[in-house]
Amino acid sequence: MMKKTGMTLIVKNVAKLVTAFIAVFGIYIALTGHLAPGGGFAGGVILAAAAVLMVLAFGSGASRKLVKESQCHTWDAAGALGFLAIALCGYIGGSFFLNFLAPGDAGTLVSGGWIPLSNLAILVKVGAGLAGVFLALSAFRLSRSEE
Amino acid sequence: MGVAIYLLTFALILLGLYTIVAKKNLVKIIIGVLIIEYAVNMLLVLVGWRRGGSAPIQAGESAQTFAAGAVDPLPQAMVLTSIVIGLGLVALMVVMAIRLYEKYGTFDTDKIRKLRG
Amino acid sequence: MGVEVLVLILIVFMFIGSLIATESGDLLSSVIAIGAVGFGLSIIDLLLRAPDLAITQVVVEVIALVLLIRLVLTRREESTDTPRDALRIGVVLLAAGVLLVAIFLAVGGVETGAGMPTFGEPVLAGSRTENGVPPGVAMDYLERSTEETGARNAVMGVLLDYRAYDTLGEATVIFVSILGAYALLRKVGRRKEVSQ
Repeated sequence: MMKKTGMTLIVKNVAKLVTAFIAVFGIYIALTGHLAPGGGFAGGVILAAAAVLMVLAFGSGASRKLVKESQCHTWDAAGALGFLAIALCGYIGGSFFLNFLAPGDAGTLVSGGWIPLSNLAILVKVGAGLAGVFLALSAFRLSRSEE
Repeated sequence: MGVAIYLLTFALILLGLYTIVAKKNLVKIIIGVLIIEYAVNMLLVLVGWRRGGSAPIQAGESAQTFAAGAVDPLPQAMVLTSIVIGLGLVALMVVMAIRLYEKYGTFDTDKIRKLRG
Repeated sequence: MGVEVLVLILIVFMFIGSLIATESGDLLSSVIAIGAVGFGLSIIDLLLRAPDLAITQVVVEVIALVLLIRLVLTRREESTDTPRDALRIGVVLLAAGVLLVAIFLAVGGVETGAGMPTFGEPVLAGSRTENGVPPGVAMDYLERSTEETGARNAVMGVLLDYRAYDTLGEATVIFVSILGAYALLRKVGRRKEVSQ
């Protein structure tokens, strides 16, 4: 692999500016999933793409100092548990997975029962899971080339 | 025209199957699995399309006009989850291929079968 | 008519791209060709009025390309191909093709409404549709999703309200596959590699 970590200075500066926008765009697409195309899965994959951009631009060593892999594990499990907790809360309404929050006026952001909350849980789960796998894969290559 | 589209999709499924069965390189096998996944997702979306229909997002019209003009939302919902599951599958296959390369030094399945670490 | 012609051209493009990906000797060319196939699929999704799928397919394709290129950079050229057993491959493909065509035709073919619907006229069965179509749920979802779930996007309403159990199963599958990838990448607890 390359001796110096990461890519050239131009790529690093552009990545610093753009990664935050990509992450915010992913969260936006996940939160307004019930009004416009998108949803939790598209938003989660876009968030993972921001993490992939960071790893590619700065090299895996610097990225692992910024986002530790155990954090990704924690957020991944938290997203899955959050989705399950929302499902179990359906018992308040009467049965498993019943949408117990009010539908609200269609077209506003706060509508659709627990659909925005489920989208958030799926965003956290898919984004953290895929980012963690990519971090682990890049670190694996790094340690292998040292052997 | 519709028959030609369906038959081409079946041909794409068969091409992916041929790649999995007949190729010896691990990367080609992964590419074959990807081809089958794309073709099956496309087939599901093709079945649900309505000629002259609109996307299943209600833009303020009444429920009757929306239901009379929209495409089928059920295959789209199922394919949405299938696409992301396909990404998890590709990640798992790539990790397996890297570990096999580290242990045997080659991507050739014939040589891997002979070595039997 | 224009949409169908465009979809047909794009499917032919996907087929040619898959052929290049399968038969190319250089592994990097195969990976780039399969990337083109994925982007073609995303345009087909846009033409068939499925915008959620188009967004997701583009980003998934980008991440899959990055993963595959990372794999291919270890070794680029393909080893020389001694031909496999052509008879066995031929028999497998013939059997699979006959099976697919038989399923396609035996459940009613294209013209009758019982099996594969005519391209462009989906069988949107509700609980109240007539002319011999068995009752289903799709028309009911379309009519009642906005007032019952409050979500304008019918696909999200189906995924996260009417069919939320399937989404729980899908989250579990992704979780397990990512766990498998983590478990294969660990260094703690592996036995010492015997030097080869």
